Amino acid sequence: MRVMAHVGMVMNLDKCIGCHTCSVTCKQVWTNRPGTDYVWFNNVETKPGLGYPRGYEDQDHWRGGWTLDGRGRLRLRGGGVIRKLLTIFANPDLPSIDDYGEPWTYDYQHLFTAPLSEHDPVVRAHSRLTGRPTELRWGSNWEDDLAGAPATAPGDPNLRGIEEKVRLDYEQAFMFYLPRICEHCLNPSCVASCPSGAMYKREEDGIVLVDQDKCRGWRFCVSGCPYKKVYFNHRSGKAEKCTFCYPRIENGQPTICSETCVGRLRYLGLMLYDADRVEAAASVTDPAQLRQAQLDVFLDPNDPAVQAEARRAGIPDDWVAAAQRSPIWTLAVRYGLALPLHPEFRTLPMVWYVPPLSPVLDVADDPAGGDPDVVFHAIDRLRIPVEYLANLLTAGDAEAIRVVLRRLAAVRAFMRAQQVEGRVEDAVASSVGLAPRDLEALYRLLAIAPYEERYVIPPAHAERAARLEESVSTGCSVDYEDQFQASAAGYRLDMVQLQPRGSERAGPPPGPSDAPPPPATAPLFVWRDSAKPAGGNG
Amino acid sequence: MSGLTLLFWIALPYVAIAVFVVGHVWRWRVDQYGWTTRSSQLQESRLLSIGGPIFHYATFAAIGGHVLGILIPASWTAAVGIDEGMYRAISASLGTIAGLLVAVGLLVLVYRRVSVPRVRVTTSRTDVLAYVLLTIVIGLGLGETVGVNLLGGGYDYRSTVALWFRGLFLLNPRPELMVSAPPVYQAHVILAWLLFMVWPFSRLVHAWSYPLMFLGRPWILYRSYRRTRAGRREAAANR
Repeated sequence: MRVMAHVGMVMNLDKCIGCHTCSVTCKQVWTNRPGTDYVWFNNVETKPGLGYPRGYEDQDHWRGGWTLDGRGRLRLRGGGVIRKLLTIFANPDLPSIDDYGEPWTYDYQHLFTAPLSEHDPVVRAHSRLTGRPTELRWGSNWEDDLAGAPATAPGDPNLRGIEEKVRLDYEQAFMFYLPRICEHCLNPSCVASCPSGAMYKREEDGIVLVDQDKCRGWRFCVSGCPYKKVYFNHRSGKAEKCTFCYPRIENGQPTICSETCVGRLRYLGLMLYDADRVEAAASVTDPAQLRQAQLDVFLDPNDPAVQAEARRAGIPDDWVAAAQRSPIWTLAVRYGLALPLHPEFRTLPMVWYVPPLSPVLDVADDPAGGDPDVVFHAIDRLRIPVEYLANLLTAGDAEAIRVVLRRLAAVRAFMRAQQVEGRVEDAVASSVGLAPRDLEALYRLLAIAPYEERYVIPPAHAERAARLEESVSTGCSVDYEDQFQASAAGYRLDMVQLQPRGSERAGPPPGPSDAPPPPATAPLFVWRDSAKPAGGNG
Repeated sequence: MSGLTLLFWIALPYVAIAVFVVGHVWRWRVDQYGWTTRSSQLQESRLLSIGGPIFHYATFAAIGGHVLGILIPASWTAAVGIDEGMYRAISASLGTIAGLLVAVGLLVLVYRRVSVPRVRVTTSRTDVLAYVLLTIVIGLGLGETVGVNLLGGGYDYRSTVALWFRGLFLLNPRPELMVSAPPVYQAHVILAWLLFMVWPFSRLVHAWSYPLMFLGRPWILYRSYRRTRAGRREAAANR
């Protein structure tokens, strides 16, 4: 057993209203620099639809992620080392900028300089790549709220095999939002695909990063990631990706997409896992079993044996305590409500999703009233087809989706009965294999979603803190002068402030007590007063 | 020995080698962030996937030909039974194929860079300089291989240019060997030195990053702050 800690995220799709606040705040923090104009570390897609970049989920086409070879061994779908070294001069699987959408701006100045005329002046779109006028054909959010869906949605790879069951005509149309960030996978195919060894997982928290100084721009990470969440900065010539806002995480603060989510649908927490079991889990033959295999990789932080191993592996006690309170554990493992996005890619992603409930197609027999039979009967008549969610989240296992939706419906029915009619529906709880207090706990976590329960992030320890300043760009290029000054400044992290060394030894001299000293935590960034370190030295 | 002889066949080579070496050391130390292929495949893929592989693979072949013709003494090839006539037949024929493919690849890439607006705007002044030098050097090289050795009467550069070149590194420069060489050989050599002087300051540095380390590397890489020098220092201080 090799215990490692990993940050994870769960998004409750039931509550996403598609406002794109996460995308906008992420962009303002991370990708408002030259060359990243087309890049959205966080984007929100309307499903069904092709997504961003177009059709990225179709690995028959893009060849991202992992697959099993004839003898059941795990192999990169985009080919091994030899194939990559041979095709390095033109990556055969790289999306074009047009698949993401050519970035554009408008000639706003024209509004001020246009001569007086009968008609109001209009601004024209100009390409951010060439500066020339351009036709708008595609963008990261082109299909928002099913815009153009009759033309594009049938190409959604998740509709394969269920075309008969899914109707896209207006009366039966369905949609929901899918916010996406980097999955920070346990078995990241981008890291495996990087010829330069520039990509890595942080041992302390599992965050996947690109070493900007080691990246040589070979682009295999972009094609290797099945979620297409590594991007190529077309000005710097380097790969960039979601950082899980590690400077904030190290300080015990949620990622910016989570912090600013108005629907309060994101959960952040720590998971302990056994690094020795990752490869076997990713190699399970039946794709529908990959979720369970990943669940088996996670270690129970309440198990004394796991705690002992964690301590031996150098994981601080307050981190283990945080893992015990992890909402990821609660939602993904304990109640099994959160599911991994496309487990069949075999990367063992660490951003999981609670599937959305939706109105029933036929409102004649609304399941309101708490009768579990009615609730369960309605699951298969929900507007969002169970099979579609299954292709998205369980590698096609529709029954697994039904189990989750039944539990979600049970929470609603139980709480409706309790709060509106004042009665406790034990039958509803037991019908989904849970106790009434479980449903109340889920109601609190999913509906009330208190800040401190949504985000359980232990601050980084000074002695463990991955400052990684060597991986962060601080310079500008020699042969491309002056255009990266601003971007480099945006990355500088030399403001890192550590507590004075030895301050944790201040105070009364140690007595004969055997009690362990308080953990020596030291946030690397102090952005607000409430984030002062615990342990009596703040 | 005239001043120009000294300048072109002794001073320029040594200055170029110095700039090449010191330039690379300096660039490696101060500009890891700028050390990249600076690929424009995101903007244009179709022409690149034709021109890129042709150019690079043919260039490998051409470099191999230079190693064979310039670095390896004629006596060595003779020792394995390849006489001068056989050597010239091989180098002229294979050299012509490689050289023409390099030229075709370069033409596609230059056409792409000039005619595709998305690619053109990414072109820096250093790129233009490198492209111009590359084009001239490759053109002159074709002139030697095709014009002189394949179609013309041939020229035994292994007894002049090669000896002079190896002499530079043996600290025994013999500039008189170059004086008698045909002008096309002289021009090719001079422009090549200029290209080597531009090399460390251009995107050509990506040539040294061909990722052979990828062979035999574990798939998933981890990094730990604890194992860095700073991490160990802090852990020791906290103990």
